[in-house]
Amino acid sequence: MDVAVTLRVNGVARSVTTDPDRPLLDVLREEFQLTGTKHGCGEGRCGACTVLLDGHPTLSCVTAVSAAHDKTITTIEGLAEGETLHPVQEAFLEAGAMQCGYCTPGMILSAVALLREKPAPTDDEIVTAMNGHICRCNGYVKILSAIRLAAGGGEGEARLGGRGSCRAVIRTSNIEH
Amino acid sequence: MTDTTAIGNGLRRPMPSSDVGAEHELTRRTFIQLLGTGLVITVTQTGALAQRRERGAQRADTTLLARLYLNHDGTIAALSGKVEEGQGARAQLSQAAAEELRVPVDQVCLIMADTDQVPDDGITAGSRTTPQNVPPMRQAAATARELLTRFAADRWQVEASSLEVRDGTITHAATGRQLTYADLAKSKEVADAFQQPVDADIALTAVSGWRVLGSPVLRPNAIDLVTGAHRFPSDIVRPQMLYGRVLRPPAYGAKLESIDLSAARSMPGVVVVQEDDLVGFAAPALFQASAALEAAARTATWTTSDARQPSHQTIHAHLKERAQTGRGRADVRGSIEQGLAAAATTLRETYTLAYIQHVPMEPRAAVAEWTDDKLTVWAGCDGPFRARSDLARLFGIPAERVRVIIPDMGGGFGGKHSPDAALEAARMAKAAGRPVCVRWTRAEEFTWAYFRPAAVIECAGGLDAAGALIAWDFTNINAGGAALDTPYDVPHVRVSSVGSDSPLSQGAYRCLAATGNNFARESFMDELAAAAGVDPLDFRLAHLTNQRIRSVLEQAATQFGWSARRRSVTPELGVGLACGTEKGSVVAACVEVAVDRERGEIRVNEVCEAFECGPIQNPANLTSQVQGCIVMGMGGALWEEVQFENGQMLNPSFAAYRVPRFRDIPRIDVQLVNNTEIPSAGGGETPIIAIAPAIGNAVFAATGIRLRSMPMPGGALKQT
Repeated sequence: MDVAVTLRVNGVARSVTTDPDRPLLDVLREEFQLTGTKHGCGEGRCGACTVLLDGHPTLSCVTAVSAAHDKTITTIEGLAEGETLHPVQEAFLEAGAMQCGYCTPGMILSAVALLREKPAPTDDEIVTAMNGHICRCNGYVKILSAIRLAAGGGEGEARLGGRGSCRAVIRTSNIEH
Repeated sequence: MTDTTAIGNGLRRPMPSSDVGAEHELTRRTFIQLLGTGLVITVTQTGALAQRRERGAQRADTTLLARLYLNHDGTIAALSGKVEEGQGARAQLSQAAAEELRVPVDQVCLIMADTDQVPDDGITAGSRTTPQNVPPMRQAAATARELLTRFAADRWQVEASSLEVRDGTITHAATGRQLTYADLAKSKEVADAFQQPVDADIALTAVSGWRVLGSPVLRPNAIDLVTGAHRFPSDIVRPQMLYGRVLRPPAYGAKLESIDLSAARSMPGVVVVQEDDLVGFAAPALFQASAALEAAARTATWTTSDARQPSHQTIHAHLKERAQTGRGRADVRGSIEQGLAAAATTLRETYTLAYIQHVPMEPRAAVAEWTDDKLTVWAGCDGPFRARSDLARLFGIPAERVRVIIPDMGGGFGGKHSPDAALEAARMAKAAGRPVCVRWTRAEEFTWAYFRPAAVIECAGGLDAAGALIAWDFTNINAGGAALDTPYDVPHVRVSSVGSDSPLSQGAYRCLAATGNNFARESFMDELAAAAGVDPLDFRLAHLTNQRIRSVLEQAATQFGWSARRRSVTPELGVGLACGTEKGSVVAACVEVAVDRERGEIRVNEVCEAFECGPIQNPANLTSQVQGCIVMGMGGALWEEVQFENGQMLNPSFAAYRVPRFRDIPRIDVQLVNNTEIPSAGGGETPIIAIAPAIGNAVFAATGIRLRSMPMPGGALKQT
């Protein structure tokens, strides 16, 4: 039996009528097109689907949408303020802390929550907070650097690129001139 | 028909080619509105494209237009058939184009892996992008630069050699005249000239003159990864799209006998597809498709094989028993029989490898859409053109009616060569009459994707009375011949790789067989060093004339402080080293491990790895690749093992299959050696091969116990 669920997602009030047991992850991706939240395992053991639910890192693949009723959700799409990135997003760019990037949104959200709670975490605290997140490219070292950097310690990596100025090349074969 | 190239202007972020499908809805009017003034080179292209496709990859006379487009706003589109899956090809190929065009790397927008837009550069595998695909990109860019310079020279009536090119601007210093690439791109003559073939013999910029190559460059679309804007294959959404699930057998070899699909069919919105061996369920929500699948699966009856299938516990005996010994040819130097007979000391040992999974964070995914008999598929796989052929063959349609786009995807590690999800999505989309997304679950990925092969590796070695290695006999059963031969100087050698009968589907992996072969070789070298009573570093150096390996081995040892730390080994704290070569690069690692004999646990405290793959093209990315190989290598060394019995996986989940996590990371010191005397080789795989043997050797140094399997059973170290 479908139920009506209301959520506040990235500052916007949303509602959906759906099966109460449907994973929050599916609702975010399929109903709201917020595909930045990733499916990694469906068993709550890789962290790719992490969102902030009332500020707390939450595994959306094992959270029923009904459990998020009337709650506030932040996904990766809601972190930047317009064109201004969140400091943790900036730090991930500075540290070059992504390879394939599939785990990146979940990593960033958990790091944001950690730094809100502990602005200057020790390495051990970072590792404890992040241990539920898997990166298979195994970019753990640079992710750790990024979080230290966001906390105000450590140095980024001198490098070029990453914020390409061109948006798209579109070639079409169905346009007549 | 006309192909039009254009580029957006004034928009900040690169758009992945995954969004290119949006063009299907574009009318000419909206197209112009969308792109504003960005419309640039307009040329008749269909003929050239079709011709290029027929002739396939690596064609010498690929036209410039097949590789590069210049745009009015000064940006440049470069085209590559390679796939980005985290290994760094997007940055590297952008650097290659930027270097030879003399423009900043941000000015290049790389279009990858879209069969309607890019040349067929072959499958992305084997560390081949660096040696095989970077040079053609550079040749195209250098050809374009020369051509544009010549146009400027002709226009100004000066010698081309008197012109300088920098940041996309051609300058005649004597008169101060300047032209930009964007200015030249407006001329029809330039557009026509881009029809000429790439000059494969053109001089490329020497390493000493590199400005963009050799610099640390972040992935060009990194910003889209940190904002969630990038659409991975599993994020593609098409209008009217359904989410599909596929019925899987309960075990390998099981055949569907009967199934009642009525319950699934009666569910609102669910489309049931039953066609040959495919039973699929598609619905507007994944949740509904899964419910339909579960309802139908409960009614399914299956025929299973009675014969007992091997398990992870019997696999090595099974592979050895079925080894196709005698088939194929051994590589022989000297006479192994003579060498072993002459030896004062002979050792024989067997090493084993478990099957492991690649476990990319993004499981296989694809979206397929049919429009007017044309099929478009967005998929996460390594070979866009191979996928296109597979799809065309499956549906009996010409390849030109199939377009495959590989959006930058979530990891592969050699595990995504097959376009499984693409085929499934296309079949279901055809039957459903709507676009369908098929995204494998983690359990499907753990069960129905292919595996890194299990193996049995048999080694025999002989030392003479002075402790010199004089005989080396090495056979890999089932895992393959990569890095099979020994790089050490031994007079009598026999190495061979023989097939067997793998009960599980097996295929490529990061450095594939080289990891197992190097684990066995470098562990066995350690055993021989111990038998000879010589320090493992000295023993290796005494048999090693390969200067490149010597150089990284000595660098890693010095940086790590090998000699002193080797002397201070305790039963709880060991150090070990290993080296090796594969795919044109060389690697050496020193590690420190802590051994907990009470719990039977191995903890890697520190890894110092030196790596050399020729001139370094992107040091930031190469560091990431080496770090990644070190940590991924620890997984295969210590924990990862696919467990199975009677055709069923016993650990198809992250709860049961242990991969490296944050808590496992050691202190890591990466030493990159920049060797500018040779061409660049790829660096995303070989750094993995030194890790497992270095760990095993360190465990031996601490405990005297030799662990001869991957993963290493920590339990064997348990002391009560």
